[in-house]
Amino acid sequence: MTIILLIYVLLAVLAVPLGLYMGRALDSRHTSRFDRFFAPLESGLMRLAGIDAQASMSWSSYALALIKLNLLLILLAWLVFMAQGVLPLNPDRIAGMNWSTALHTAVSFVTNTDQQHYSGQAQLSYLSQTLAIVTLQFLSPATGLAVLLAIARTLLRRGDGTTAGNSSGQHGVGNYYVDLVRIVIRVLLPLSLVVALLLVWQGVPASWQGAQSVTMLDGGTTQIIPRGPVAPMVAIKQLGTNGGGWYGPNSSVPLENPDLLSNVIETLAIMLIPVASLVAVGVISGRRRLMIGIGAVMVALSLISTTLVMVSERGPNSALQGVAIAGSHNMEGKELRFGSDLSALWGSWTTQTSNGSVNAMHDSFNPLGGMTLLMDMFVNVAFGGVGVGLIGYLLYLMLAAFMGSLMIGRAPELFGKPLETREIRWISLAILAQPLLILGLSAITVSFPSLTGNSNPGFHGLSQVLYEYTSAFANNGSGFEGLADASTWWNLTCVVALLIGRFLPMLVPLAVAGWLAGKRTAPAGRGSLALDSGPFLALSVGTIVIVNLLGFMPALVLGPIAEQLTAG
Amino acid sequence: MSLHTFRRHCRSGWLTTLRLTLVMALLLGLAYPLVVVTLGQLWFPHQANGSLLADSKGRVVGSALVGQAFTSDRYFQGRPSAVDYAADQLGGSNLAPSNPALRQRVLSDARRITARDGVAVGEIPVDLLTASGSGIDPDISMAGAELQMARIARVRGMAVKDVQALVARYGRRDGNINVLRLNLALDGIDIQPQ
Repeated sequence: MTIILLIYVLLAVLAVPLGLYMGRALDSRHTSRFDRFFAPLESGLMRLAGIDAQASMSWSSYALALIKLNLLLILLAWLVFMAQGVLPLNPDRIAGMNWSTALHTAVSFVTNTDQQHYSGQAQLSYLSQTLAIVTLQFLSPATGLAVLLAIARTLLRRGDGTTAGNSSGQHGVGNYYVDLVRIVIRVLLPLSLVVALLLVWQGVPASWQGAQSVTMLDGGTTQIIPRGPVAPMVAIKQLGTNGGGWYGPNSSVPLENPDLLSNVIETLAIMLIPVASLVAVGVISGRRRLMIGIGAVMVALSLISTTLVMVSERGPNSALQGVAIAGSHNMEGKELRFGSDLSALWGSWTTQTSNGSVNAMHDSFNPLGGMTLLMDMFVNVAFGGVGVGLIGYLLYLMLAAFMGSLMIGRAPELFGKPLETREIRWISLAILAQPLLILGLSAITVSFPSLTGNSNPGFHGLSQVLYEYTSAFANNGSGFEGLADASTWWNLTCVVALLIGRFLPMLVPLAVAGWLAGKRTAPAGRGSLALDSGPFLALSVGTIVIVNLLGFMPALVLGPIAEQLTAG
Repeated sequence: MSLHTFRRHCRSGWLTTLRLTLVMALLLGLAYPLVVVTLGQLWFPHQANGSLLADSKGRVVGSALVGQAFTSDRYFQGRPSAVDYAADQLGGSNLAPSNPALRQRVLSDARRITARDGVAVGEIPVDLLTASGSGIDPDISMAGAELQMARIARVRGMAVKDVQALVARYGRRDGNINVLRLNLALDGIDIQPQ
């Protein structure tokens, strides 16, 4: 209990200075003292890539550049996974992946989801794990953060916006390539280096050698201990809200998360950049009050969820009733060195942030604990994924501003700019896609029991299916992993959820920012909507609760709630 | 933008995209892991290679971070494992609390532990009845080790207090104990980190 609070405090102590640094180092509008260190490396990289660092992009060019890079990354990663059997850096002689799992894996990592329908130590070569996976684990959070920067510069900036219009007459939002390179070089790479070396110190392998065979002490059978360059991947997996681990069961494996200290480091790394991003946007946009308000809402959501999961997992596992010592916590699927509290904290943070790494098996959580994880992923903005968490909150904020304006009888507006039919149509689509896609795909899949691949019977079987699609759409990546999900059906339907769940809620706010930038600002008067006021923040929380909980309540009743009520 | 400019935008810029991808893949996918592995091997070679343990002849007997399957009565036994401690398979049971298969597994393990160590059903430490997430959890609780001490002493013909002393020596402050290290000590195998 004390350690949980201590981790929350440590998070604040680390994230605020990091956010202040990010706000200064990533603001491309003026030079900072950090340029001296980074600019030579960055300009070298950009020369190699042939990037014109001065060019400013309109929102649509920015989005197109992003889509092109992401498409190319999917294609290249897909090819590497299928061809890994004949490529170098494969000491354990692992064969190529089948096409649908390889496609799912490529899309999953490009969309910052890292949902895994394979077991890394057995099905990926060292080349796939590093060249393909680690690269994507850097570029996907960098992409999310880049879009957030573009929105912060355009929509959130105070004043009339000094960003000049470009040749096509549209408002400039920044340069995608420059943002990407800066985020990688100034934030992700230095942090990953530090965290990776701390993890090696604690026992996470960092080696190019293949697996080590040992003869087990009792019985003399052979045990094969998989190794590899694990630590560099685990560091960026945690920091970039990626979540896809080296080993199948992720950070529950002692080689990926050896002890209490490594667990604290990896847990903090889940939340560090999402929290710091909020501070950074406050610095860049000048809207400190609004960011503090949003931060307060996010902290409250996070604390509520963490408490619920902790209470749930401190309760007994109903299958052990009368057999284990009375008062035992639910330890099925959990590691002894972490216990139930640190497993619950990780589980709730990893679903609040769309990280998706695990240090315990969510499938074996008590029903109400598992349900809280599902609700975290529906909401997905209690700090949320790197960049996209705050973007997702802004999407809710736009809807709340629309409703709030109508409630007080004014024409809908956001930061003094009119919200009109085009904006609201796209905002609604981005918000409604979530229940439509998750519930629609779940309904189709459970209608054909041969497709589901359930490992658990009854109500929990429905929860497994719901969790998988929710995790895909939320770009989370964790799972109720008993599910046999490496089938063509699961791979392809999840690809649809992954792509729409990533790009629609990320690009619609960018588009709205671009559209609004071209509109005339109405001067703020006594009657205009104050977005950083308490009542409006309450309205945005209400929007989040209504959209998520009402939409998914019937599914939750049929899944985890029914499971809880029928527990023996 | 107009359809014409949209088409132009879609066609241009692919070369930049490809070059950026290659530069980034070399930097992040190769150079960065290379730096971490090189420094890791230099500064923490034991940990970087999997925390392997070797006997006095230099033969690798296991990893401090990877539990092994112990089934005979001469050894302290670990937690149930969904993969029988196969470190190349890994995994938890992923059984939901509501799954009858979990209840069955728990009852059959409980019967075995009761017969083996004479502990009453209802008083078995929870870690001996639950499978870990990784399937290779190297630890059990001190309570789980203590209830096995009398059996170990009997089967091995040792004094109970000698077994107690070993358990006390290898027990950690977090209330858990590494089963492999404990059993290696029982067998009198001297361990050096590799």
